[in-house]
Amino acid sequence: MGNLDLLLGGLQSAATPENLLYAAIGVLLGTFVGVLPGIGPAMAVALLLPVTYSLEPTSAFIMFAGIYYGGMYGGSTTSILLNTPGESASVMTALEGNKMAKAGRAAQALATAAIGSFIAGTIGTLLVALFAPALAEVAVTIGSPSYFAILLFALVMTTTLLGSSKVRGFLSLFLGLTIGLVGLDLNTGQARLDLGVTQLRDPLEIVAVAVGIFALGEAFWVAAHLRRKPLQVIPVGRPWMGRADWGRSWKPWLRGTAFGFPFGAIPAGGAEIPTFLSYITERRLSRHQDEFGKGAIEGVAGPEAANNASAAGMFVPLLAMGIPVTATASVMLAALTSYGIQPGPQLMTEQSDLVWTLLASLLIGNTLLLVLNLPLAPLWAKLLRIPRPQLYAGILFFACLGAFAANQDAFDVFLLLAFGLLGLAMRRFGLPVLPLILGVILGPIMELKLREALTISDGDLSGLWSEPLAVVVYVLTALIVVVPIVVKRVRPDLDSPAAEVAHARAEQDEERIER
Amino acid sequence: MSTTTHSGGRPPAEPAEQPRRDLAQLGLAAVTAVVGAYTMYDASTLQVGFADPVGPRLFPYVIGAGLLVTSALLALAALRGDVPEAEGGEDVDLDVRADWATVGKLVAIIGITIVTVGLLGWAISGAILFTGSTWALGSRTLVRDVIVGCVLSVGSWYAFYVGLGIPLSAGILDGIL
Repeated sequence: MGNLDLLLGGLQSAATPENLLYAAIGVLLGTFVGVLPGIGPAMAVALLLPVTYSLEPTSAFIMFAGIYYGGMYGGSTTSILLNTPGESASVMTALEGNKMAKAGRAAQALATAAIGSFIAGTIGTLLVALFAPALAEVAVTIGSPSYFAILLFALVMTTTLLGSSKVRGFLSLFLGLTIGLVGLDLNTGQARLDLGVTQLRDPLEIVAVAVGIFALGEAFWVAAHLRRKPLQVIPVGRPWMGRADWGRSWKPWLRGTAFGFPFGAIPAGGAEIPTFLSYITERRLSRHQDEFGKGAIEGVAGPEAANNASAAGMFVPLLAMGIPVTATASVMLAALTSYGIQPGPQLMTEQSDLVWTLLASLLIGNTLLLVLNLPLAPLWAKLLRIPRPQLYAGILFFACLGAFAANQDAFDVFLLLAFGLLGLAMRRFGLPVLPLILGVILGPIMELKLREALTISDGDLSGLWSEPLAVVVYVLTALIVVVPIVVKRVRPDLDSPAAEVAHARAEQDEERIER
Repeated sequence: MSTTTHSGGRPPAEPAEQPRRDLAQLGLAAVTAVVGAYTMYDASTLQVGFADPVGPRLFPYVIGAGLLVTSALLALAALRGDVPEAEGGEDVDLDVRADWATVGKLVAIIGITIVTVGLLGWAISGAILFTGSTWALGSRTLVRDVIVGCVLSVGSWYAFYVGLGIPLSAGILDGIL
């Protein structure tokens, strides 16, 4: 059966009135939460996890797909209308988008972002439907040693490519792996790191961990540094674009998609690098170079498409191999596991209905997003004026509700608080969040594969590189660690993308101070 | 792993600021080192099962050792003057002094929720949580906040009960809700 038939089958099961309703609710909830300042897509998905507790998996994932794309869209609205991007992936959008908004072209900026996201998301989802099954077919044949090597590769890559400090990245990763250890050992049933507490004999409630780190940690951090002067929100009407804007937007959309999708599919920290690459490409190719820095529409169209294409690309490793490469993907993986669905290469065959319905609902969600949100944009913009004490009190309220609702055990709220304080400390000490959350999720799978591999070789460590693929992956991993260090020695003036992004952001900050 | 491979010790990005050291990082490094050491100790107390050449110990040993090494590297970087890059955000103003008193109040309010939710139930504890948090964050519209808090907590109770079929703990309001 061809992938297209399967996707059409998925569309049929996703297009029931009930499922369409879930998709619409997901899109609206996702956008609502995503537009709120201080809440990114990962936090949106984590906060809304409890909503899906009583739904069956298919409906829950249809809703999730909507929440995910809605959250991404909401984030871009925020970064265009406020001059402060919430997460690294929207830095590039904010750069030109906010300038456009200030010049009275907010409607066009929002329109090019929305339509670009739609096109990139649709192409991206179709590419997922094309690549994920093929990859899964290969992945099923991969043995434990290679699987372990790939997991290690994913962790090392996200940890070294992101952020400016590798020490802090690895510290964060090891903390995450430690958190993943808590609970009963798989083989011998002995409790590890339970500190004598009964509730710690089960694996930690993932909602408490994710919501604690993302939502509570962020709310505490904001509380410590709350802006006393309210930010200026630029008023906006209904998004629209003229002929000239279409002409200047469509190529950046497609190029952005081309940058975003591959980067989303590999563990390179999500959208940060592709949005940056898209931005500099558009700046170089544009016939309106003088407009860059003053609000060029290409600078919004490209990065926004890259952002959404990478959001779609993330589904390739997630569905084909059970490997999340972004924070949002790891929260979704956690949700899958909580339904008792085993993530991994066999997901495509064992849960093919679920997978194809999910892919189809990504397409539907994407379309709904465009249809519902273009007219609703002025309403969403009003959300940005919500008073901050009530906003962050609301985040705390829903975070505690989510943690409590899972087991109705006050201990989970206590865990939430503990992880919230950890999240606060991480923000204070500049520890990146992504390596930690990937460590929590991937740690247990890694240990399983490690022990399988070593059981086959009867405890001999050489069993880890007994497969050619494993050797190749180890060499790649070593190269990723070594090459940047060598490059830095040889050409110390060369900046990494992460550093350039930081630089661009610093420039923007300077401008803000000047005003 | 050798200490020459890490990229710490780079000067901070802001040229305007005086070079300063952030020695609070030593505290963080100490805590993570203790966690690493405890992880290794905890692993050493485990029994290795039959027909299990690896056992439950190896992985925690590696992780614990990794934590110890990275903690040491962070301590070293901190002493050499490496300062962390605190996270920005829409509502974050990094130019003002950190206001830890507000964070303390919020933590206390969540603590109250943890202690009371079993007895009072979600509808009451949740309302206290919301109202208390708005007050801690500087809102002075008490009446409005109380009303919003009650609507949110009672509303969410019914949303979970009717919408999702999950009865949250009703506490002393059992029978009334």
